[in-house]
Amino acid sequence: MAPKTIIEKIWETHEVMQEEGKPSLLYIDLHMVHEVTSPQAFEGLRLANRKVRRPDLTFATMDHNVPTVNRYDITDRIARTQMETLETNCKEFGVDLVDLVHPENGIVHVIGPELGLTQPGKTIVCGDSHTSTHGAFGALAFGIGTSEVEHVLATQTLWQSRPKTLEVRVTGKLSPELSAKDVILAIIAKFGVDVGTGSVIEFTGDAIRGMTMEERMTICNMSIEAGAKAGLISPDQVTFDYLEGRENVPSGDEFIKKVEQWKQLATDAGATYDRVVTIDASEIEPMVTWGTNPSQGVGISKTVPAPTDGKTETDQRAIKQALEYMDLTPGTPVSSIDIQHVFIGSCTNSRLSDLRAAANLIKGKTVSKHVRALVVPGSEKVKQRAEAEGLDQIFIDAGFEWRSSGCSMCLSMNPDVVPEGERCASTSNRNFEGRQGKGARTHLVSPEMAAAAAIAGHFVDIRQWKLQQVTQ
Amino acid sequence: MEPIINHKGTVATMDRVNVDTDQIIPKQFLKRVERTGFGQYLFFDWRFLPDGKPDPKFELNQKHNQGATILVAGHNFGCGSSREHAPWALDDYGFRVIIAPSFADIFYNNCVKNGMLPIRLDEKKVDQLLSKGANDTYSLTVSLENQKISGEGFEATFSIDPYWKEMLLNGWDEIGLTLQYDKEIQAFEQKA
Repeated sequence: MAPKTIIEKIWETHEVMQEEGKPSLLYIDLHMVHEVTSPQAFEGLRLANRKVRRPDLTFATMDHNVPTVNRYDITDRIARTQMETLETNCKEFGVDLVDLVHPENGIVHVIGPELGLTQPGKTIVCGDSHTSTHGAFGALAFGIGTSEVEHVLATQTLWQSRPKTLEVRVTGKLSPELSAKDVILAIIAKFGVDVGTGSVIEFTGDAIRGMTMEERMTICNMSIEAGAKAGLISPDQVTFDYLEGRENVPSGDEFIKKVEQWKQLATDAGATYDRVVTIDASEIEPMVTWGTNPSQGVGISKTVPAPTDGKTETDQRAIKQALEYMDLTPGTPVSSIDIQHVFIGSCTNSRLSDLRAAANLIKGKTVSKHVRALVVPGSEKVKQRAEAEGLDQIFIDAGFEWRSSGCSMCLSMNPDVVPEGERCASTSNRNFEGRQGKGARTHLVSPEMAAAAAIAGHFVDIRQWKLQQVTQ
Repeated sequence: MEPIINHKGTVATMDRVNVDTDQIIPKQFLKRVERTGFGQYLFFDWRFLPDGKPDPKFELNQKHNQGATILVAGHNFGCGSSREHAPWALDDYGFRVIIAPSFADIFYNNCVKNGMLPIRLDEKKVDQLLSKGANDTYSLTVSLENQKISGEGFEATFSIDPYWKEMLLNGWDEIGLTLQYDKEIQAFEQKA
């Protein structure tokens, strides 16, 4: 048999129908639902008198609108209606809902893996572009619109054109001073926000193999920021170890059998991709975005570019527009940019290892008096575990606000907003204009870079900090 | 869904690349539980000044772009968030056709599912349209049936997946269509 990529293997085992000249009808193994992109889908079902075909493969949570100071005090009336609507819909259509009082509530892309719902080889969809996160387990996971949410609810399938395959190979060894976030930001800076359009990315290479599951989730999470339909990583022992013992994952002999099946999913030696791009881990340094899309980022030792650095006239205009919005002057060293807010959280970087890394770096230090710093764990479980380790106290002692879980300041649909004209060092995934609030200026960074910026009041090269910690 | 076969209208040009769905419909308007009424919020943060008045510098506020039903923009249009509120807002504002050198995948699908026609055209062709419509009202005729676009001094053909084409031409309810394959879906479920 010809060698195949994991992408082809999952695709071919999920095709319900394949007719010449038509998209494939793809079966969906897991459908995750949240409050913002589902109400119109349920309403569509109701109007057409249709049911949810497989409530057992559907799973709902609330995350986008959730307040993080007191999660039960939802003062925004329209947000409350949206959450109540989800409750009503789940009850009416028989869908399991992890609501606000549930101890396992959290960001959909954090709790799916936590609960062991995310597994290798599954097709997973959600009305949210960061569904690509689940690809870290070797699942084909992608974001869909509300019409498609309705289609999956009604039929458990989707019509999908076969995507191209793109290998993003990260060669070499990643220095321990760097994080997965730096790697994905460097990939997007190097290859652009539309390198993945029409494609599914498989991330490969030694640097990726050496990553933990939480790091792999950070990488796959931002595949959409490279324009890809999905991003995934072939499963290995790291994947299986993470899954073993989790709720929703089979145990005992069943687990052993599953692992054998999962091992078959990995891309075969000799399989080819439509396209391959390569980046050397040794060329990566801690990254900071300066602009208004995730590809507009540079290493911490660099300076803010000028419009003339753009290759085409359109690029030059885009850089100029970004610099105006961000109020930055070309040639400014990135490390001299002052910030007023820090957000550690989001489906990109809000897991236990992210919080540990940030807490380690700032232990015993104090947040700059010009900075408001927020830590928002990805789920109530992450929060609970962090508290059991005393991470909350480290953050609180340093002057950070320790919040409860949710999407929070990643898109500021809840009350956590960056005021107009102010800057935020954020561990989230998008630095689009107005993303964290109208006129707010977002700089995407890793949790450690964000934590260090909170202390210094501006970006710092954490490699030097770490060096000092070692020599002290 | 309303079918789209042939469309004649004027263009609005947005000579910008990587226009993301956060700009098309900012997050503060995603809390509604309806599909309708999003047009008033389209490009809200670009379209309106802090005092609520239209920003005269923004493309859609310019006189020659008023009443446009065809939007022409730079590459990677609709990138970012999967929010279908973006095509809902464009549709509600009055756009039926969007022309760009490339679209983000999810956005493209979301348009088709709402009976809007996204057209990928060669960058040079899009540049021609961007300049033709830059300062004056410019009309185009789009034939989905023949996959052709024409206007004064402009001709182009475009490609589209035959399945999406059929859906758009007929204004089909896709779910109804898929449910005709219930037997196949059931067979798949039993095998799995």
